[in-house]
Amino acid sequence: MSKTITIDGKVIPFEDGQTIMDAAMAAGVYIPHLCHQPEFTPHGSCKLCTVKVNGRNCSACTYPAMDGQEVLNETQELIDDRKRITQMLFVEGNHLCPGCEKTGNCQLQAVAYHLNMLDNHFPAFYPEREVDASHPEVMIDHNRCIFCTLCVRASHEKDGKDVFAISGRGIHKHLIVNAESGLLKDTDMAATDHAAHICPTGAILIKRTGYQVPIGERIYDHKEIDQVSLATEHLKHGE
Amino acid sequence: MRQFIQGIAENSHYQATHLLQILRQIQSRYHYIPEAAIEQLSGLLNIPRTQIIGVVEFYSFFHLAPRGQYELLISDSITDHMLGKKDLFDYLAKKLDVAVGEVREDGVVSLDNTSCTGMCDQGPAGLVNGLALTRLDQSGIDKIAELINQQKPLDEWPEELFQVDDNIYKSGLLLNQQIEQGAALRSAFKRGIKETLKEIDYSGLRGRGGAGFKTAIKWQFCSEEQQTERYVVCNADEGEPGTFKDRVLLNAYADQVFEGMTVCAAIIGAKQGFLYLRGEYLHLYDKLQSILEQRRQNSLLGNNILDTGLDFDIEICLGAGAYICGEESALIESLEGKAGIPRNRPPYPVTQGYLGKPTVVNNVETFLAAAGIAVNGSDWFANIGTEKSKGTKILSISGDCARPGIYEYPFGTTIQTILNDCGADDVLGVQVGGPSGTFISNQEFDRKLAFEDLATGGSFIIFNSSRNILDMVHNFAHFFAHESCGFCTPCRVGTSLLQKQIDKIVEGHGSAGDVVALEELCQLVKNYSHCGLGQTAANPILTTLERYPDLYQSRLKEISFEPGFDLDGALETARRMANRNDAGAHLAQTDASGSRPVASLPPSMAVGE
Repeated sequence: MSKTITIDGKVIPFEDGQTIMDAAMAAGVYIPHLCHQPEFTPHGSCKLCTVKVNGRNCSACTYPAMDGQEVLNETQELIDDRKRITQMLFVEGNHLCPGCEKTGNCQLQAVAYHLNMLDNHFPAFYPEREVDASHPEVMIDHNRCIFCTLCVRASHEKDGKDVFAISGRGIHKHLIVNAESGLLKDTDMAATDHAAHICPTGAILIKRTGYQVPIGERIYDHKEIDQVSLATEHLKHGE
Repeated sequence: MRQFIQGIAENSHYQATHLLQILRQIQSRYHYIPEAAIEQLSGLLNIPRTQIIGVVEFYSFFHLAPRGQYELLISDSITDHMLGKKDLFDYLAKKLDVAVGEVREDGVVSLDNTSCTGMCDQGPAGLVNGLALTRLDQSGIDKIAELINQQKPLDEWPEELFQVDDNIYKSGLLLNQQIEQGAALRSAFKRGIKETLKEIDYSGLRGRGGAGFKTAIKWQFCSEEQQTERYVVCNADEGEPGTFKDRVLLNAYADQVFEGMTVCAAIIGAKQGFLYLRGEYLHLYDKLQSILEQRRQNSLLGNNILDTGLDFDIEICLGAGAYICGEESALIESLEGKAGIPRNRPPYPVTQGYLGKPTVVNNVETFLAAAGIAVNGSDWFANIGTEKSKGTKILSISGDCARPGIYEYPFGTTIQTILNDCGADDVLGVQVGGPSGTFISNQEFDRKLAFEDLATGGSFIIFNSSRNILDMVHNFAHFFAHESCGFCTPCRVGTSLLQKQIDKIVEGHGSAGDVVALEELCQLVKNYSHCGLGQTAANPILTTLERYPDLYQSRLKEISFEPGFDLDGALETARRMANRNDAGAHLAQTDASGSRPVASLPPSMAVGE
């Protein structure tokens, strides 16, 4: 008998070493997430993937699946609270979707739609953040960074470069790049790096490609993020 | 500078795990971490420069821009405020001619706030270049200002400015016993290591940091791990505002603490131990080093301890201003030379701790108690206390009482007994366990000190009826927002939102619905945060809201809508840019009927009069 957990009552098999997220994705169950991508070491920081495991809140992307766990995923309470956490991400940065070239391709925006987020709920922080357009091909708009560290992990784990890091503490956290000048142009970043394409929001963008696909024909314009995520990420979870 | 940095890197064997200790030395010498130092260290330690900057910007005591040759920090604990901190701080800023958060133009002095420095029984307190200043008053500040302006080296400053007293007022089981150096180890070996672990088990000893995990089980788990390279860590990052008992234990009972660590090492099979000492306790560093040296001389540390074949030594690592490092996995990260960000669990430190190896992390007081149990046996300890909370608890008592200081009580003692002993009258309530603990009102003084009732790491702050509870809540909300590591969304954003919401209510901009919104936010931060910091950050609000709902409601405006900020204040930049200051450039917060904001129009623009 293989080991199983249940998610919202549905029996789901898993193998030793898999997280709850791994098991869920492999079984076609979507758990909202932003800082997680199956190719990289799980981080567990955005907390959107919080599920109730035997009554306790746990991050599905880091918490190991164990035989007999009863996991709650789509309860009204969890959905409401995930929406609040998403709203927190919106108000701490400057996320103005209509003016952002990532609109329609943005996971933050797509998760917000998925959770039926219709307003910010919390007062906006309007932080003063910079744009680094120094690099010829890649730009950073710090206004949209949510500190998921996917670029940090991609650069380190896939590109073998360490272009990015998160610095600072608390609400003063910020993304830094590996150059004395602090500018992207002075790093060894290339537009072909994995790190240049991993950002779930519009914080790291490839220049001169923003509107090649028109608004209305983008990834999340016709499909919800759960569909897209299960179709594109679940195979990688099996690896 | 190149030579200096080369020297300290060499002394640290070019190990990146020593990054914090290296940066402490650079900050101390240059009063900031220069760009050139980062570049050089990056090469010497073979780590990316971003990793170094990440550490510098994480810890409050490191700076990328120069601070003054005299770095003055004043403790911002609620207990310092209760002792008149604000007026003194203003006086100090004026006297030194330096703004808060700034460096004086001549670069001689900088001034800023810092989180509780653990001198709550002898505040208002501060730090100058990391060394503790106590009992600050006007004449003391006059003296300090003069010394700074004369640029007198710190070792020529009068000793009384740095005098730190133990203030032990009530001793019990632990504080009464004077164990001879080595006695606990000799007893442990005589009895047998396994039997000693059993004694600790029978004693019922639970971790003294507040969480109360059973010590013997932790040690046993660690000893059963497959990995044989194991570590013992003593958590002396006593950052909870209002706590200072570890400072006293390390000043007066350090030998017994080290002895407890060594007993633990013998039980779990560790060769290396660390004392993670909060940076604010720099004044203890030399003394502790000499005690360690003495123990090495006496064959109580080092190779083949007491001819038993046990090899074990202890290294002291200093923190650099981050409350979060009191969380055990953040502390381990910090020991590894990184930013103190709590790890995902599982795995727990007993299986994968320091450098991924099995590690026991315990509080100073836990090791002290373990040493006592090793000598006196389990009954000595277990006969005292309650069924679920054996032994005694050492409290740090501060706030409104005649005799603030250290008190040791058997578990099960009532709050009223404690208040009587320390001379507290007219008490409004007590914050038990620090900001992350519980506020209890004067209707609850029959409650007991115990894991099953009021669990505490030792902080005990008393408020008399002249105090405003919301001042305390306000101070604690700012504390948590400042100390959040920022790793997870609910705590990073949530503690800042809590701070803003409390500011809004306290400053009188709250309106109907704002208290409900506050409570919702509290639950969100509590239920979804990654670690204990976020999970407890809302406690001051939740525990006072439960007891004094009217206090919060009374601060709200009667109107249905009140702008969440100072409207007129927000126009300041626009007024400056437009070079205007007439009546039309100002905005009232609300109109007379209280329904919406209005601008008072200048006469020339008024129409249809």
